[in-house]
Amino acid sequence: MIEAPTANPTERIHDVCRRFGPDRENLIPALQEVQESEGFLSPEAVDVIAGYFSLSANNVYGVATFYAQFRYHPPGRHCLKICQGTACHVQGSGVLLDAAERSLGIRSGETTEDGDFGLEELACLGSCALAPAVVLDGVVHARQTPKKLNALLEKARS
Amino acid sequence: MNLFTIREKARAAWAAFALPGQPRILVGTATCGRAAGALEAKKSLKAALDAYGLAESVPVFEVGCNGLCYAEPLVEVTGHDGRRVLYRNVDARIAARLVESHLVQGEPFMKRALCVVEGNPLDGLPKWAELPMIRPQERIVTRNLGFIDPDELLHYVNRGGYTGLERAFALGPEGTIEEVTRSGLRGRGGAGFPTGLKWGFARKTPTEPKYVICNADEGDPGAFMDRSVLEGDPHAMLEGMLIAGYAIGASVGYIYIRSEYPLAVARLAQAIEDLRAYGLVGENILGSGFSLEIKIKKGAGAFVCGEETALMASIEGHRGMPRAKPPFPAVSGLFARPTNINNVETLAAVSAILEKGADWYTGFGTEKSRGTKTFSLAGQIQRTGLIEVPMGIPLRTIIEDIGGGVEKGKACKAVQTGGPSGGCIPGHLLDLPVDYENLAEAGSIMGSGGMVVMDEDTCMVKVARYFLSFTEAESCGKCTPCRMGTQHLLRLLDTILAGEAPPGTLEQLHGICETMKCSSLCGLGQTAPNPVLTTLRYFEDEYSHYLAGEVRRYRIEAEACEGCRACAIACPTGAITGDRKKPHLIDQEACILCGVCLQSCRYNAVSFVFEEKAAR
Repeated sequence: MIEAPTANPTERIHDVCRRFGPDRENLIPALQEVQESEGFLSPEAVDVIAGYFSLSANNVYGVATFYAQFRYHPPGRHCLKICQGTACHVQGSGVLLDAAERSLGIRSGETTEDGDFGLEELACLGSCALAPAVVLDGVVHARQTPKKLNALLEKARS
Repeated sequence: MNLFTIREKARAAWAAFALPGQPRILVGTATCGRAAGALEAKKSLKAALDAYGLAESVPVFEVGCNGLCYAEPLVEVTGHDGRRVLYRNVDARIAARLVESHLVQGEPFMKRALCVVEGNPLDGLPKWAELPMIRPQERIVTRNLGFIDPDELLHYVNRGGYTGLERAFALGPEGTIEEVTRSGLRGRGGAGFPTGLKWGFARKTPTEPKYVICNADEGDPGAFMDRSVLEGDPHAMLEGMLIAGYAIGASVGYIYIRSEYPLAVARLAQAIEDLRAYGLVGENILGSGFSLEIKIKKGAGAFVCGEETALMASIEGHRGMPRAKPPFPAVSGLFARPTNINNVETLAAVSAILEKGADWYTGFGTEKSRGTKTFSLAGQIQRTGLIEVPMGIPLRTIIEDIGGGVEKGKACKAVQTGGPSGGCIPGHLLDLPVDYENLAEAGSIMGSGGMVVMDEDTCMVKVARYFLSFTEAESCGKCTPCRMGTQHLLRLLDTILAGEAPPGTLEQLHGICETMKCSSLCGLGQTAPNPVLTTLRYFEDEYSHYLAGEVRRYRIEAEACEGCRACAIACPTGAITGDRKKPHLIDQEACILCGVCLQSCRYNAVSFVFEEKAAR
């Protein structure tokens, strides 16, 4: 059953939390779900989560910042992740990252000024046999070259 | 429901999937297949079947990855004659021609045919088992990959699945542990600890409840064995997990899996739901009195969580930091209760061992390293993919026979095994038998099974730097040797690569490596120096160039250059000039030494030399 989305973000985050019991074990899954629904962990979201789990906001940040997955700023409308695994590395993922940075005019970890694109590095995607690989909006693209990557970005732009 | 009824259903489900004389199409849609365009290919195949009026009579199924990843997307077509032909690189464009040729005209589409999987031979096409990539392999963990629908529990059952669990129930917990001990199975996560022994410890600890954990946090960059197994045959691991839970007396199981593997997570969730529907998970499984709940926990992107104590801290909702051992998890693990933790491949081997017996399993591998090992073969090699070989197989067989040798006919400079914890085995040691002992002696480790091949143009100092940049970023920071050691190693490697290292740098490198090895808290820090130590051991001459103040420069050999412009187009800074069909030239001032020209050249015309830094 799909529930109607709530307009108020605080309510929404509460709703996500309530899907889990308030045990410490559920903290990371709750953070993941909130980021999934909100796109990032805002200070307000962290406060709500901390309250639900009876932790301090400090405790929650302590856990969240340990893990690479969590973001604290709104992501771009499109998300480009470039795999930096070993196989991708030896097949030229560094060049791909350079090309993406130049094409988007941002550094890895940043979002373009118009909010269109976010660029991230990825530890390893497990698509090593078809290296180098990138993920654009959740879809894996194999055997990339700077040229192919630029075409992908161009397509996403339009 | 009992196994007898489930098997009845399985036979019916299998008949619908593999009815003799029934044409069908199988599309490999694991992550790598999808990345190569398998879903688009499937769509085009279906459209083509529709166009020829075959949509009703020729079903299309999704299967996992059969390991020939270099040839993705892979499609298997069974014709009206019952012959099963495997096709390579089936993109959306040729889908229609393939359907027309094989299913309408009854002529296999030879242009993209790879082999005959089953049925009458075809002139000029090898059989599946005769493929050079397949012949040296023994498929135990990967037994069902590419041959069943991973979302169908009944397919797994029909291929002998859950017989192992049944047998474990008959043997009893002690008997099951005895069987696993006798099989000689050692942990496939990398450390190689005897699995039966580990289970015995957890069983003997009287505290309740007990936990069983499947470590699917496959964090080593360059490794994708666990992903492929979970995406292609999740029940192979789940059955092993049920057996492990039964043997140690656990009541709850956790699967800790990377969030970077969304498809594997989805397949596992579906598989657990199916298990519940058939009474194979939950209360009183198959009327045995044994109960086990299985939960999925998604990792949040921390390499160190592959370490068992860090993984458990992460499940508990804390920062994933390791702690000192003892106490070992078997005594005090998750929530301070006895816990047994095995990786995906170990558990997938367990289900096969219980099904076919320890004696059968000991028939593979060597005296000290029994059975088989999966590897993900990647890097600069002709045939990349997922492979499974008997322990003790020479590295050369893997690289040259299975992998078809290095790309573009170049020489193999090194094979990196074990990810950031492993080392680089040089090309002249290719006759090394691949087992725990021999790899350790060569300075590397078996690791979880990543195998990245590097060609003659690779800069080994840069490779060491790459791994250190990874471990430096992933060090959790709890213990000083690892936190500071990785930072200093990285800094030293940077000064070396810049040609600015002061005398005594090598000694300093060695010193830091030794300190980290003997005093780091967990495996991450203890093994992080391995990439540096093995490159120092086998490729010291490369370090020497940099230490003498030289750096790499790229050159285009005018005689070999065909003037194809591939490098000029690829060069990110426009440093390469030259007219079509005339030799090109690199402007050393504009060159950023990225090496993309070397990779893009098809004529081996680009090479590198070491030159005085000042000469630039």
